[in-house]
Amino acid sequence: MTEPSARTENDQAAQLPPGATAESVSEEHLLEINNIEVIYNHVILVLKGVSLTVPKGGITALLGGNGAGKTTTLKAVSNLLHSERGLVTKGTILYRGQPIADLNPSELVKQGVVQVMEGRHCFEHLTVEENLLTGAYTRRDGKAAVNRDLEMVYDYFPRLRDRRKSQAGYTSGGEQQMCAIGRALMSSPETILLDEPSMGLAPQLVEEIFEIVKKLNEQESVSFLLAEQNTNVALRYAHYGYILESGRVVMDGSAADLRENPDVKEFYLGVAEEGQKSFRNVRSYRRRKRWLS
Amino acid sequence: MSPQFLFTIEVIANGLMAGVMYSLVALGFVLIFKASGIFNYAQGVMALFAAMTLVGIQNGQVPFSHLINAVFGTNIHHFGWNLPAIVAILITLVVMVLFAILVERLILKHLVNQEPIILFMATIGLAYFMEGFGDLMWGSEIKILDVGIPSGGSLWLEEKTIGWAAEGSNYYGMYIDKLDMIATVVAILLVISLTLFSQYTKTGRALRAVADDHQAALSVGISLRKIWVIVWTIAGFVALVAGVMWGAKSGVQFSLSLIALKALPVLILGGFTSIPGAIIGGLIIGVGEKLFEFTIGPLIGGATENWFAYVLALVFLVFRPQGLFGDKIIERV
Repeated sequence: MTEPSARTENDQAAQLPPGATAESVSEEHLLEINNIEVIYNHVILVLKGVSLTVPKGGITALLGGNGAGKTTTLKAVSNLLHSERGLVTKGTILYRGQPIADLNPSELVKQGVVQVMEGRHCFEHLTVEENLLTGAYTRRDGKAAVNRDLEMVYDYFPRLRDRRKSQAGYTSGGEQQMCAIGRALMSSPETILLDEPSMGLAPQLVEEIFEIVKKLNEQESVSFLLAEQNTNVALRYAHYGYILESGRVVMDGSAADLRENPDVKEFYLGVAEEGQKSFRNVRSYRRRKRWLS
Repeated sequence: MSPQFLFTIEVIANGLMAGVMYSLVALGFVLIFKASGIFNYAQGVMALFAAMTLVGIQNGQVPFSHLINAVFGTNIHHFGWNLPAIVAILITLVVMVLFAILVERLILKHLVNQEPIILFMATIGLAYFMEGFGDLMWGSEIKILDVGIPSGGSLWLEEKTIGWAAEGSNYYGMYIDKLDMIATVVAILLVISLTLFSQYTKTGRALRAVADDHQAALSVGISLRKIWVIVWTIAGFVALVAGVMWGAKSGVQFSLSLIALKALPVLILGGFTSIPGAIIGGLIIGVGEKLFEFTIGPLIGGATENWFAYVLALVFLVFRPQGLFGDKIIERV
């Protein structure tokens, strides 16, 4: 029963003044992934040794292109891999120092880790409010607390309040993304694994969503592990970033460092430093990258 | 009113009530299909098994008595008691819950994420296994189910309606079976309670969530295994109700499991995913086949009730494959 103590820590962190985010990221590692390998269908090796840590109270970004293994990493943590015939074959995943590989998703949600899946995945035929309430499925702390959190979610996402009685399937993409994040919040999580919140959304909406993520991080002290292709936005809001390429971490560093890194600039932010790059330089980048495994 | 008109009304009323009986079976299919995408071929056998268990428990029959006697050379058949219907029904309910848990443990758990056709095959296997198991447990002879539901025509209704026809006409009042009337009331109560359950309880909401998106349901911490046990329990409960009604109507015997076949056209009409669809589909088929038999039947030699429902279902498959009330696929524009 580590739940209550975690709560009080959260409350203390919530009292920090806004703007103190970077400092409020503690040294304490909430989530530690050590050198995991993931195989789908017993044959397809997707993660070839990924290690990363998520500090308490931070926003950690997992960057990389299509098929780099971002989603798989998140699903390995939330244990949703089993239902897709994926398997963690090597390495360990620790949450608050405890191995979580044998927990099912439901137990994990009770521990405070919840995933918002890529592509929203709202319950289409349920209303927005029912969607949110489903998020509180694992909670046992009574109706009053759930309703309080429902109001909190509506305060963060005022649009959801307006659409509370509409079927989620008929709301816009942005509203569905908000609904999915709100639903995760309803489980009163400590860590949210957020998969591609920007997917298919207009730039302005992406900013809006990330602003809310930042606010949730600061005010509710929810830690985030965020998989994102939109490197630019992600590095502006995250504290720390890992870059994945074909199943390996090739680079990591604080978001500020990564933003300034010439390779990241060129390959992920699309800003070339001087003129046209030739293929020789691309190769040099490949040579330079660091294998963490 | 002319006797002819009154007679048509009687046919419609009887059709509606026969339809309710079909709906009772179709409901069980819809529940499981909605929550897990499995077409449960064993639903009919579940109704038979539930009815057999009910009769066996009520009459104090020793389960597996033939087997026990054959192995140990004993000669026991009865415990020598007769339980009141309500107690027997409650015990049967417990048996159906156990059954649901076993199905999840022994079958579904091992087949998660398999193709729907594999799960369908598994339920076919389950159906044949249960058929044999039921016979082994309670014996295969035809049993009479009596839980105190009155049957036979309603005299009250006949006396009420006998005066409706014009003086001097050859009309003896409406004949509607009391059992059918009770089945209707039970079905209405069942649908209302199922709807309330799925709309207004936390578990009901979780059931609908699972029906919408398995993965997302998992991600918010809903345990699919628990939900499946709940769904199969409810389906078992519905099977028990259907088994009791059909068993009281036509005796508990093997052919009871074939009512599942009659539920198929109901499902195609109403849509596999809609509880109201199962009810209305049943009513349409019930009324349709009785009216067809009554009006067109004599012209083509009768016995149309055997095939009318299937032909209607075929027509529907061509023009509206998702059924009348099947889940609309939500597309945003």
